[in-house]
Amino acid sequence: MDKENLKFVIVGHIDHGKSTLIGRLLYDTDSLPKGKIEEIEQICKSLGKDIEFGYVMDHLEEERDQGITIDTAQIFFNTTKRNYVIIDAPGHVEFIKNMISGASQAEAAVLIVDVDEGVKEQTKRHAYILGMLGLDQVIVVINKMDMVGYERGKFETVKKELLDFLSGINIKPSYIVPISAKEGDLIAGKNENMDWYQGPDFLQALDSFRVKESAKDKPLRFVVQDVYNFDKRIIAGRVESGIIRKGDKIKILPSGEETTVKSVEEFLKNVTEAEAGKSTGIITEDKLFIDRGDVIVHDRDVPVLTNHIRANIFWMDNTPYNKGDTLWFRCATQDVACEIEKISRVINSSTLDLIAEDADEIKNREVADIIIKTDKPVVVENFNTIEELGRFVLRTDDTLAGGIITELVQ
Amino acid sequence: MKHLDQLESQSIYIIREAYKQFKNIAILWSIGKDSTTLMWLTRKAFYGKVPFPALHIDTSYKFQEIYDFRSEWADKWDMELIIGKNGQSLNEGMGPDASDKLACCGQLKTEALKQTIDKYGFKALLLGIRRDEHGIRAKERVFSPRDKQFKWDYKDQPPELWDQFKNQQQGEQHIRVHPLLHWTEQDIWKYIQRENIPVVDLYFANNGKRYRSIGCETCCEPVDSDADTVDKIVEELMTTKISERSGRAQDKESAYVMQKLRALGYM
Repeated sequence: MDKENLKFVIVGHIDHGKSTLIGRLLYDTDSLPKGKIEEIEQICKSLGKDIEFGYVMDHLEEERDQGITIDTAQIFFNTTKRNYVIIDAPGHVEFIKNMISGASQAEAAVLIVDVDEGVKEQTKRHAYILGMLGLDQVIVVINKMDMVGYERGKFETVKKELLDFLSGINIKPSYIVPISAKEGDLIAGKNENMDWYQGPDFLQALDSFRVKESAKDKPLRFVVQDVYNFDKRIIAGRVESGIIRKGDKIKILPSGEETTVKSVEEFLKNVTEAEAGKSTGIITEDKLFIDRGDVIVHDRDVPVLTNHIRANIFWMDNTPYNKGDTLWFRCATQDVACEIEKISRVINSSTLDLIAEDADEIKNREVADIIIKTDKPVVVENFNTIEELGRFVLRTDDTLAGGIITELVQ
Repeated sequence: MKHLDQLESQSIYIIREAYKQFKNIAILWSIGKDSTTLMWLTRKAFYGKVPFPALHIDTSYKFQEIYDFRSEWADKWDMELIIGKNGQSLNEGMGPDASDKLACCGQLKTEALKQTIDKYGFKALLLGIRRDEHGIRAKERVFSPRDKQFKWDYKDQPPELWDQFKNQQQGEQHIRVHPLLHWTEQDIWKYIQRENIPVVDLYFANNGKRYRSIGCETCCEPVDSDADTVDKIVEELMTTKISERSGRAQDKESAYVMQKLRALGYM
């Protein structure tokens, strides 16, 4: 039997112990390759430091010298139940775009808070981003319990402070676990110092995450990547949701033309269907003009075409957006010019304070509730309906902002 | 979908994105198991009609088995093959014994690659690196820009969300595209097993030794193993604690050599 696979991200304020937690987890579950601990001991010695589990994750010279994670890293790790990919996201405010790149790939999240410091700027910002990205499976770990003598009162105080904040942004953590990543308390089986805590340890809490469900039962959205004219004319793309089958009556959007799926094409293999997540190709009964960015749907379940979209975006570039600037809106393979028509609200992503209403600019690290007007109509969805067509980026050459669609404006 | 099908589809999506965006690209084929798996996936992506060449950077110190495999499969798969060599440096006697290993890799791999990219004007290269291979590779993006000096600015990588990959910009010489970044060594072998992908014999145990990772004959050491079939390798990887690249000389010289090599454009 194949084990399940799950990707989760660890986020939190700088120095609250993300990398140490991962290092400890790998060490306690005997997941480190032979020689790794010796190598880390040697590096720590050469830098004149005590053994530091964080070095398992922090691989760049600068990361080790400065003791901070600069870029997101992914590490593979197995329990008896699952294969995990851990995404270690940097906690420094300057590397927020790296944190978002990491978090955007996760199915679940762990938020780490230092019991002595409590809720800090990046704790809030990261939690807010998790909510924005639709990551609703969250475990909280309150770290460095060893530093406060494993005192229950300190844990309860931080827990309350955090829950107050999280409830305001609609995040309900499934567990809040007191831990010491440094000493290994309540990570993977060991609990000698906090008998007042009755819940699961960190590893058990992780195993309670659910694997993301396939979108195959949702309406068909087949996005066209390219058209190949080798021996046959194959429409190449990915099924973002639903299932496409030979013989299906389909509609090509935005043109609205209709045809039938003549065949589903795989190399050296005979298939008759392809489900959500599959990169595949189809041949259509009629030779229609089909191009990259087109979305193929079933004629019985046609989505709305719109050029007005309401969304929440996170701006992550040093250059602010000024009203009137033209950007590219990219959702799946759709790529159209757009403008932000209305900046309804701009919010400080850390304090969550309202910066401005009906604003004229959005600056780095600000969150905004906006209305986008695209040059051409696009096939998009509310993020809660079909995630894959409910998220987008705004860009020039590089990605400047990531966004989640909250409403299709008619 | 099963795990291997998900990995496969994600890779095919990335390969197709790279070709659509850059057209003038090549697949860097080291003839190892990963880049051979990448060849396999690329053939699937384009229904056997790969519209760009495979590029082998040949240090001329590779195992004979690698050269034999290269001719056999480039031919069977009907791939256009480009062989890139730093002829001048080789004529001047460069080799692993002539200099330190970092300089040798620099001249015979990185410099040879630079010359070949210049010659053909490739805009992007498909590479079979994986995040689980090495800590530094765990921090790579799927589309990763290199400047004219081939430098990788790992401190300021562009954001990468939801398979929206970057465009090429001024000052960027080429983009490294990594379709296998999300695979593990075990995934690769399970996929080789499932798809029956050919690999060089060096991976299979002979007299109690096999290679986990292959490159130049002069700089690779085999590991102790009795795994002489793909099935046995898959079995072995479930329990081993020896890291994959433990036999590769370049990783050992210092903790930061790999970071330096990558920042300087090593693949």
